[in-house]
Amino acid sequence: MIHSLFLINSSGDIFLEKHWKSVVSRSVCDYFFEAQERATEAENVPPVIPTPHHYLLNVYRHKIFFVAVIQTEVPPLFVIEFLHRVVDTFQDYFGVCSEVVIKDNVVVVYEVLEEMLDNGFPLATESNILKELIKPPTILRTVVNTITGSTNVGDQLPTGQLSVVPWRRTGVKYTNNEAYFDVIEEIDAIIDKSGSTITAEIQGVIDACVKLTGMPDLTLSFMNPRLLDDVSFHPCVRFKRWESERILSFIPPDGNFRLLSYHVSAQNLVAIPVYVKQNISFRDSSSLGRFEITVGPKQTMGKTVEGVMVTSQMPKGVLNMSLTPSQGMHTFDPVTKLLSWDVGKINPQKLPNLKGTMSLQAGTSKPDENPTINLQFKIQQLAISGLKVNRLDMYGEKYKPFKGIKYMTKAGKFQVRT
Amino acid sequence: MSASPAYSEEKGGSSSLGEPEYGHDPASGGIFSSDYKRHDDLKEMLDSNKDSLKLEAMKRIVAMIARGKNASDLFPAVVKNVACKNIEVKKLVYVYLVRYAEEQQDLALLSISTFQRGLKDPNQLIRASALRVLSSIRVPIIVPIMMLAIKEAASDMSPYVRKTAAHAIPKLYSLDSDQKDQLIEVIEKLLADKTTLVAGSVVMAFEEVCPERIDLIHKNYRKLCNLLIDVEEWGQVVIINMLTRYARTQFLSPNQNESLLEENPEKAFYGSDEEDSKDDKPDAASLVKRKPYVMDPDHRLLLRNTKPLLQSRNAAVVMAVAQLYFHLAPKAEVGVIAKALVRLLRSHSEVQWVVLQNVATMSIKRRGMFEPYLKSFYIRSTDPTQIKILKLEVLTNLANETNISTILREFQTYIRSMDKDFVAATIQAIGRCATNIGKVRDTCLNGLVQLLSNRDELVVAESVVVIKKLLQMQPSQHSEIIKHMAKLTDNIQVPMARASILWLIGEYCEHVPKIAPDVLRKMSKSFTGEEDIVKLQVINLAAKLYLTNSKQSKLLTQYVLNLAKYDQNYDIRDRARFIRQLIVPTEKSGALNKYAKKLFLAQKPAPILESSFKDRDHFQLGSLSHLLNAKAVGYQELPDWPDEAPDPSVRNVEVPEWTKCTSREKRKEKVEKPFYSDSEGESGPTESADSDPESVSESESESSSSSSESGSDSGSRGEESGDQSEEEEEEKKKKKKGKEGPRKVCPESAGRYHRHWRGEGAGSATSWELRNTSRDMGGLQPISPCLFLIDSFTSPALERRDQLITSQPQHVPTAFLPPSAQMLSPVFSTMKTYELLHRMAGEGLSVEYYFNRQPFPPDPHMVAVQIQFSNNTESEVKNLRVSEPKLVSGMRIQEFQEIGKAGLGWNDGALKVSTHSRQFYVSIQPPVGELMAPVFMSENEFKKEQSKLTGMSEITEKLTLLDKCQSDHTIVQRVTAAANVSRVPCGADNEYRFAAKTVTSGSLILITLEQKEAARAHLTVNSEKMVIGTMLVQDISQALAQ
Repeated sequence: MIHSLFLINSSGDIFLEKHWKSVVSRSVCDYFFEAQERATEAENVPPVIPTPHHYLLNVYRHKIFFVAVIQTEVPPLFVIEFLHRVVDTFQDYFGVCSEVVIKDNVVVVYEVLEEMLDNGFPLATESNILKELIKPPTILRTVVNTITGSTNVGDQLPTGQLSVVPWRRTGVKYTNNEAYFDVIEEIDAIIDKSGSTITAEIQGVIDACVKLTGMPDLTLSFMNPRLLDDVSFHPCVRFKRWESERILSFIPPDGNFRLLSYHVSAQNLVAIPVYVKQNISFRDSSSLGRFEITVGPKQTMGKTVEGVMVTSQMPKGVLNMSLTPSQGMHTFDPVTKLLSWDVGKINPQKLPNLKGTMSLQAGTSKPDENPTINLQFKIQQLAISGLKVNRLDMYGEKYKPFKGIKYMTKAGKFQVRT
Repeated sequence: MSASPAYSEEKGGSSSLGEPEYGHDPASGGIFSSDYKRHDDLKEMLDSNKDSLKLEAMKRIVAMIARGKNASDLFPAVVKNVACKNIEVKKLVYVYLVRYAEEQQDLALLSISTFQRGLKDPNQLIRASALRVLSSIRVPIIVPIMMLAIKEAASDMSPYVRKTAAHAIPKLYSLDSDQKDQLIEVIEKLLADKTTLVAGSVVMAFEEVCPERIDLIHKNYRKLCNLLIDVEEWGQVVIINMLTRYARTQFLSPNQNESLLEENPEKAFYGSDEEDSKDDKPDAASLVKRKPYVMDPDHRLLLRNTKPLLQSRNAAVVMAVAQLYFHLAPKAEVGVIAKALVRLLRSHSEVQWVVLQNVATMSIKRRGMFEPYLKSFYIRSTDPTQIKILKLEVLTNLANETNISTILREFQTYIRSMDKDFVAATIQAIGRCATNIGKVRDTCLNGLVQLLSNRDELVVAESVVVIKKLLQMQPSQHSEIIKHMAKLTDNIQVPMARASILWLIGEYCEHVPKIAPDVLRKMSKSFTGEEDIVKLQVINLAAKLYLTNSKQSKLLTQYVLNLAKYDQNYDIRDRARFIRQLIVPTEKSGALNKYAKKLFLAQKPAPILESSFKDRDHFQLGSLSHLLNAKAVGYQELPDWPDEAPDPSVRNVEVPEWTKCTSREKRKEKVEKPFYSDSEGESGPTESADSDPESVSESESESSSSSSESGSDSGSRGEESGDQSEEEEEEKKKKKKGKEGPRKVCPESAGRYHRHWRGEGAGSATSWELRNTSRDMGGLQPISPCLFLIDSFTSPALERRDQLITSQPQHVPTAFLPPSAQMLSPVFSTMKTYELLHRMAGEGLSVEYYFNRQPFPPDPHMVAVQIQFSNNTESEVKNLRVSEPKLVSGMRIQEFQEIGKAGLGWNDGALKVSTHSRQFYVSIQPPVGELMAPVFMSENEFKKEQSKLTGMSEITEKLTLLDKCQSDHTIVQRVTAAANVSRVPCGADNEYRFAAKTVTSGSLILITLEQKEAARAHLTVNSEKMVIGTMLVQDISQALAQ
């Protein structure tokens, strides 16, 4: 299966290599560099690159290429999914996953990688188990380690790996027992010029942070489970129970995890909480163009829309923009031609507005296409689909846990065509 | 990217990239500026007593490995710490060991005993980790140790250890594929395991070692289906993929009634449409009613049990289930996967990329399935280009008469994109929609013509190419478009587009009679500067014009042909020559001239614009091969459905009978490849068990070169004819001397030949003569007992090497002792015979060897091996010879040249026997017990020596003595049979002591067997050679257990 892993930064340095079988020379990455050059942009590097003797599968995250080398037939998603899991694990361990952090923690990284694969086949990918095997570095622990010479490697053996609930570590103890669930919904939409919706979908997740002593068995039920059209579960969820009663029943892993991701059926009309009014015009002869955007709330169910951020990739012909926002900050990068405007909260009484002129390259004709506007926003305390958690019960342990549910709606891939 | 060279130059280039940044890394200290002296620091730190220093050193070393720096020269210093108490140091040492053991095989052996001890640890996790590291050390010499360890772990109490054993199987297999048969045995055993922990790993091993042994799955099929949902996600992927293949061989196609429809893609497409609309209520019952086909319940079981996994969070699992449904489910049920696949499109772009490729393939076969999700494939400006193009592909596949207008409207937006590659792909897509859906053809064409005035040349060029293809479908109505395009030749520079325009004008020159010659005029002017592809089309155009309008174009054509005649490209020269002959009438020109017009201006079929994903579904979806559209290494072809279902009862589980029969089968296989097994254990069913004593007597009675003649007469053949028949000769009986071969002839009468040898001084050139010319018929077998000496290592400096020899025995015959010497070892020399070459495999020649436990005078560091050749055929074996002795380092051969007409040779670890017609590879595998010589010592000496050899050098095992094994005599006999040791007198009567020395290095081996109450006993072996000790303990306890 997975032979080796190379980590390559954006300037093309291989800064980490790990081999699970015989060593594969790092010169194999030359094929990757070739492909990278051809692709011009990082995101266009093909995820699978065949070379005479190996296949290179890569994922690109946090400005790092994770390049796995394989030699024989293997489902490509298997490798790609695993690589993403590696990145997630690093993020979980170090808070961020960046070149600097990986280099600083190279030993821990190496130990983790060693545990994750055996002979190229995934061995322990559950972060609960990994953390038991190799403790993540914290500031306190680093200090203690330097003084006492103790280690990051857990001295207890990871018995969780042996249990029937391999995702939960054993012997968990908390003084405050709490369980928090965040219902986060994202709206993916394409809005056309006239403001009508071309496509809109709601994708949601329930992220949990569970800090409960012992082996709690939780059930979570919804007021309106019928909304959920397509779901995917954390392995801890009992599928049968969901099938028959539409109840989530599970023994949670310890700490943070994604319990559920779902898709709200397309039949339901999706409420679009914001609208964008734009007026962007290039004129053929003149070297100036007009630019104006206004963002306003639409169907917000009475909540405030915050964290609004507008980005737009301007055509190549635009040299610079001189704009004045009614609120927030805006920047335009003349090299990448990326305009971004951090709007903040939308005040329905005074709609945020960005207005000004663009200076265009003289002599060239007007661009074919008006730029697409990408929108980000957040609405607290609202699940736009209307999904509501009914109750959360705990069995198997005696104490009373503190329970919390939070709702949030966000923009996913929200685009306005102009 | 471009920043990187500059960056490295700045930092002084030659050192590997990224190094300077490491300098800032506090954890790794200044080590990276290091020269080699720095490594001395590390060595010192590793040698220190403080764990913290060791840890620091190891961390630095691991950081070096991580960066790809060579740290192999630290191997001796690191490997010493393998037994370190500190768990993190230990782990890091493991990391190091696994990385470098392959390069430093000898030193790596030092660590083996630690792992071997770990294998016996009461804690399952320690056992597992020991096995994991042991099997990860890619040192061929420890293959037997690994094999033993895997076998043992496969029957461990703990499922976790068994899982590790399953993981170790592919490792061993990749190290030594000869172990396949034994590994299959282990796999079979583990497949029967009922725990979810093991299932995924063992199927993985199955897929890597013996994917063709589908028969092993039968009995485990239902269990695997039922366990599936509880198996960890990675295991699920592997199991599902394997079961897909399995199901394809075992069940009937659920769509067989529709296969007729499938012939016609259009119909199939509408057909599946209807079915998909019903797919919310797919019940097997209704299917059955409609069709005579009844789904095998096992088939249904698989579909039912995999379906929930579509809800997995792991994209690989979802994809695996999706491909299973696509390949195995009845059409009406396949629809369920669409939703899950569409969900994956929300994931990372790499996942999207893979999923879209698969969706593209599926959407050709099952259009209806994805139609409800059309909008999910709409393209966002932020998608990477490669994703956009794939989405476009899917949208095009999904286009049909009802949704085409929406799709085209969407395409209109795309055409204005800033991403020009994407725009080009969109134009192609429009072309495909236009060809597939007749009613929008004109709309599309008009749209494309508008694009001809686009400012971007690439867009125009792409449009031209697509328009050309569309026009071919209905050329007559579109002379306007052709005129328009003719004008473009002035501006468009893209060769493909120019060529397309020229072709169009040439093809339809009759529609544009005025323009065509003018275009030719312009093109002939610029002819020399054009690309080859354009030049060819200019010639084409010229030829066509000449045929239709020779008045205006005759001279131009001549001119173009002349230019082409001297072109650099030979294709163009050829084409010019060919066309000139064809179109210009001369007296010489042949009959073809008349038909030139028909040839050039024939009606040409319109091209079909097809998806590049068409027919990709003959690869298993979700596989790497499918993605690359080429077979990847190790790809297992997805078999076609069988016409008749194989017997479904094979999956019924009736445990006892099944184990019985397979184990029998297995045992037979095992016989072929003896693995330290004694002859009793391996005896095949038909084996006759005489022989051992006789072989001795034979060698004694050496010299009888003439006896053969007397041996047999019946229908004797001449030597020559015999030679040929030798190869034909096949006897279905098992090994041993081959003496049992001739049913009718008594052994003595069978011509038996003794190769005669003379041990010469150093034994360097000992020659044998095979004085026998076996003519005897019934009898055959010239048998030649002879002795080889195994040379172990003579250099004491290479102590570790001789552990090596014990674990992988490949020894070399050196010389032969006089027959009289054999008499010296009366009791133990005839214990066991090991087969070197079975007579079936050897085409009549069988070779066996045994250890006669004689000292070898020429060189006391060698072990004598007696090898016996028997000819089981009626004909003579000639030219037996040793060839190409390739030795593992540290081994020695004493050459012997000819063995009369037989010969021997060895290869690396394998002995090669060649006759005049064939060569055979065989290997000698001496048990450790034979690699020592008895030593006599007193009880006191024994105790003294024993006290020196404690700690690491002491290996103890508890065992239970069987009833029959209680008596002094049997115990002594068994121990001495297992190993070449001598008994040491002992005061206590419940204790037995034995002593020996390794032949090679003369290190002492002390064995103590202490009888406890109730048949229990303690076996202790003291030896500084830990590997020998361990293996010896194993051998002895095995011998005592029998």
